[in-house]
Amino acid sequence: MRTKFFRLSFVLIFVHMFSFGQSEDMVRINGARYIPLYGRDSTVVEVKDFDLDKYPVTNEQYMEFVRKFPEWQKSNAKKIFADGMYLRNWKNNFELNDGADLKSPVTYVSWFAAKAYCDCQGKRLPTMDEWEYAAMADETTKDARIKKSYNEKILSWYEAPRSNENQIGQNPKNYWGVYDLHGLVWEWTSDFNSVLLSGESRKDKDGDNNLFCGSASLGATDLMNYAAFMRYAFRGSIKANFAIKNLGFRCAKDIETP
Amino acid sequence: MIMKKTLFILCSIIFIGFTACKNDSSKSSENAIAYYCPMECEGDKTYDEPGSCPVCKMDLIPVETGDKSERRSDEISDLSIFNLKSTWTNQNGEDLQFEDLKGDVLVTVMIYTSCKAACPRLVADMRNIEERLSKSTKENVKMILVSIDPNVDTPERLKAFAEENFMDKHPWLFLRSSEDNTREFAAVVAVNYMKISPIDFSHSNIITVFNDQGEMVFQQEGLGVNSDATIENIEKAVASIK
Repeated sequence: MRTKFFRLSFVLIFVHMFSFGQSEDMVRINGARYIPLYGRDSTVVEVKDFDLDKYPVTNEQYMEFVRKFPEWQKSNAKKIFADGMYLRNWKNNFELNDGADLKSPVTYVSWFAAKAYCDCQGKRLPTMDEWEYAAMADETTKDARIKKSYNEKILSWYEAPRSNENQIGQNPKNYWGVYDLHGLVWEWTSDFNSVLLSGESRKDKDGDNNLFCGSASLGATDLMNYAAFMRYAFRGSIKANFAIKNLGFRCAKDIETP
Repeated sequence: MIMKKTLFILCSIIFIGFTACKNDSSKSSENAIAYYCPMECEGDKTYDEPGSCPVCKMDLIPVETGDKSERRSDEISDLSIFNLKSTWTNQNGEDLQFEDLKGDVLVTVMIYTSCKAACPRLVADMRNIEERLSKSTKENVKMILVSIDPNVDTPERLKAFAEENFMDKHPWLFLRSSEDNTREFAAVVAVNYMKISPIDFSHSNIITVFNDQGEMVFQQEGLGVNSDATIENIEKAVASIK
């Protein structure tokens, strides 16, 4: 009897640990070395194995979060962490605007808010290198960046209006089992502010090299992957308290080494 | 018996699950027992129940219990960097938060000590600003150099850098924190940076002025630019310290 009891408690503890260790809403991404487009000046970066949310965070999940953390409710968020557009498509702290969908990705969230959400789940935002790595896969291959179909699909989405109002999980999952990296909303990354645009690509001034120290600023000479260029340019142009209509997020997690 | 024990274990597991994310949820508005008008139409008057102000009709706001009087004097504005709760270490190895610097005008720049390109010029810009401040202004100013390379820039290293450059005294202050907190501070001051090699970073060159309440009042972008506007804003911010 006693052993049975012990066995049961062990099972319970194990199940408990497991449910915290790797959630079923995440998938394992096997890392590798790769060259990101417009990343670190065309140098190879190493992405370690990590877990990534299958879906972007939804309005519904975000609402659950703000119930627990009143400081992130629409009426309470501090302006330094989230600008006036924060949760603009929500009617109030706990209700969406008419027509907005609980199963749509949450947008109009700042980087600070996204970071706080992930922290609270025991997760973190993915790095830019991790995000780009997971997002260069199509449905069948890990690195589909040279495929014409891959690039065309992304660019046609960039032209499609109001995709942020769609529900999550409508696009086919990619090689890793991740949905909606493309085709729904753009997503925050932890180090989005590591993008440096060279003066002329963002400011209409000549020889603005004084704005940056070092030589790694982004020169868009190679437009082969225009879609990736747009993502980096976008990241380089936003600030952490911006809340934007088509910008959401998902969380990632380190793999605990035994 | 066994049932009871199992139940107990289950409960404790659930409890652990609920507390896992407790970090800052203690400030729930449900703790509030009194409500006041945000416009303070009737001074400090409070109400026991939520509703609207009889004078201006605005919704009443809950007052958090316990720290009511404290809140009034210590109120941090929505736009203040004192909202950042990260801990930083100065060149003397002492820990502090930005809120500890409240009351002084803060001038910040992000650099790293092993930088050979723009940082020396950025430091020179900071010195130039410091030299041009009047003595009385300087008393209420802190010139802060925040490291973007916390792994290399240990407090010892910052100390050595400060001494080498004769900056190991008021108003100078060197700060470092974790990579995460550094990224967050950079996000607040809109400095972009990335590591381009084990010893080098590429970063934007921005000097930021915060008033005594921690609110950003001015930014100067670029290297070797005319600092007149920056100095003017520092003087103005110091003059408005109450």
